[in-house]
Amino acid sequence: MTQSNSVGPVETKYFTFAEPPNEMQLDCGRKLGPITLAYETYGELNADRSNAILVLHALSGSAHVAGPSQGDQDPPWWDIMVGPGKALDTDKYFVICSNVLGGCKGSTGPSSINPATGRPYALSFPVVTISDMVNAQKHLIDHLGIESLFCVIGGSMGGMQALQWCVSYPDMVKLAIPIATTSRLSAQAIAFDEVGRQAIMADPDWMGGEYYGKTVPRRGLAIARMIGHITYLSEESMHRKFGRALQDKAEYGYDFVTDFQVESYLRYKGDHFVKRFDANSYLYITKAMDYFDLTQPTGSLKDTFKVVKAKFLVISFSSDWLFPTHQSKEIVSACRYNNLDVIFTEIQTDHGHDAFLLESEQLTRLISNFLEHGWRRIH
Amino acid sequence: MSLEEICTQDGIILRLAPEHKLIIDLIEEGTRVLDLGCGEGDLLKALKDRKGVRAEGIDLSEECIQACVEKGLLNVHHGDLDEGLADYADQSVDYVILTNTIQVLHRPLFLIKEMARVGKKCIISFPNFGHWSIRFQLMFKGRMPKNSRLPYEWYDTPNIHLTTIADFYDFCRVANLRVLKVLPLRTAGDGQCKIVRFLPNFFADAAIFVVEATR
Repeated sequence: MTQSNSVGPVETKYFTFAEPPNEMQLDCGRKLGPITLAYETYGELNADRSNAILVLHALSGSAHVAGPSQGDQDPPWWDIMVGPGKALDTDKYFVICSNVLGGCKGSTGPSSINPATGRPYALSFPVVTISDMVNAQKHLIDHLGIESLFCVIGGSMGGMQALQWCVSYPDMVKLAIPIATTSRLSAQAIAFDEVGRQAIMADPDWMGGEYYGKTVPRRGLAIARMIGHITYLSEESMHRKFGRALQDKAEYGYDFVTDFQVESYLRYKGDHFVKRFDANSYLYITKAMDYFDLTQPTGSLKDTFKVVKAKFLVISFSSDWLFPTHQSKEIVSACRYNNLDVIFTEIQTDHGHDAFLLESEQLTRLISNFLEHGWRRIH
Repeated sequence: MSLEEICTQDGIILRLAPEHKLIIDLIEEGTRVLDLGCGEGDLLKALKDRKGVRAEGIDLSEECIQACVEKGLLNVHHGDLDEGLADYADQSVDYVILTNTIQVLHRPLFLIKEMARVGKKCIISFPNFGHWSIRFQLMFKGRMPKNSRLPYEWYDTPNIHLTTIADFYDFCRVANLRVLKVLPLRTAGDGQCKIVRFLPNFFADAAIFVVEATR
């Protein structure tokens, strides 16, 4: 990626709302406030405020979608997609991304200080849902003076938020691009989430979530991340990347120190993740995904989608076994049932679920053409 | 087979087969049209521009879907026709179109029934295997026939269910379809289609059938 099509340095901003006594109502029945959302914006909002694209991040993402990282900031997670001349063209669109409610990248979550006690919330933080995340984002969008989003786009959990936006605020969304996602988390995906959570909670350092200021549950969180990473890849991509190659040795060690490159890779990913993610946030965010089910409360996705007005571009990846193509097709069916315009493509790739984050000519071309024609239709 | 190139108002070049123009003439303005095996969306885009239809398409090829999105089509689905049209409600589409594709399907009877369930009318075009050139090649040369509409070697052809105009009438009866219109076509050297009135199953190299479900 050359410097010339980077968005350049971006400042993370913070918006606080729901100050007591006007706390935000959550799905779990509890109220939460004040809530801070960390967010970044790229490009300029046009005069009639019609060019805003809300980008929604996945489990481990942050508000930092694009541009160089500053200090100990995470690397941008979708720099390939956001920037001048890119699919989400910042010369044309005003791109917004915020860290989710319950996260640990600047937005209010379990690691934030509870103003009532002066100590981190830890497990006293209420369990949040994808819908709560979207309701919090709605406050931010209102704050930015935007009445209608040109597009909502995201992969994986970001796609769930995109779908939730279309259902919760149908009049505010023109185009929606849910990628590698589902309208309800499958039993298999819930199972993997639960194994990750159990790994964290089984770590003696977790201490019921009260580890702030002490030793963090690094082993548990690292294992959770390792499990996650397996589900993001495919058998084929793992074979291509690692095969049975050994790590820094010519022969088997006949011990339990790392032998294979794939082990080394997973350990590296796990250890690296611990440095930049909060274990309790991992619990809360995976739980939010588990609860995600747009077939409720109506009983079917088709009925839930009756209120939706957006035009859709639904994208799946052929080797994604965590959010397989048939789950995207359920979204497409619900759109079609309700006579919504919908484009569906399954992109051929062996990169598995992770494909949405990787540079792909097909993905870029689809999204940029869809946005371009959507833009022409509106203006 | 020669394709005619036309340029749309928004500067997109569309390549239309001779029978596409006849199909466009068959469709009324403002209707809902589903093109099965829509390819790069040329027919759908032409229908959208000229007849203001709600244009929907299905194709097996990812590249074709990309091309459709590039043309600004809003309803294209990447999928396999052999899986049917389960997403579509009964009689929800005015016209379901299947051009030059029925011969590549694994289950043509299943799909044609699906088309008639979903579409108020169905338009099907196919190469006529009863054409004299096909018959002569087999009779006098003793070889698997080829022509401009059927250009493939027998060992490398997607065409697994070839049919003739006469056979297609029988097929419609089996599928409980009423034949509303038949356009037997002769493709001239300049790429123009002429309607064949005399011995169509012998002189037409292709045909367009308009059918509906018998109720």
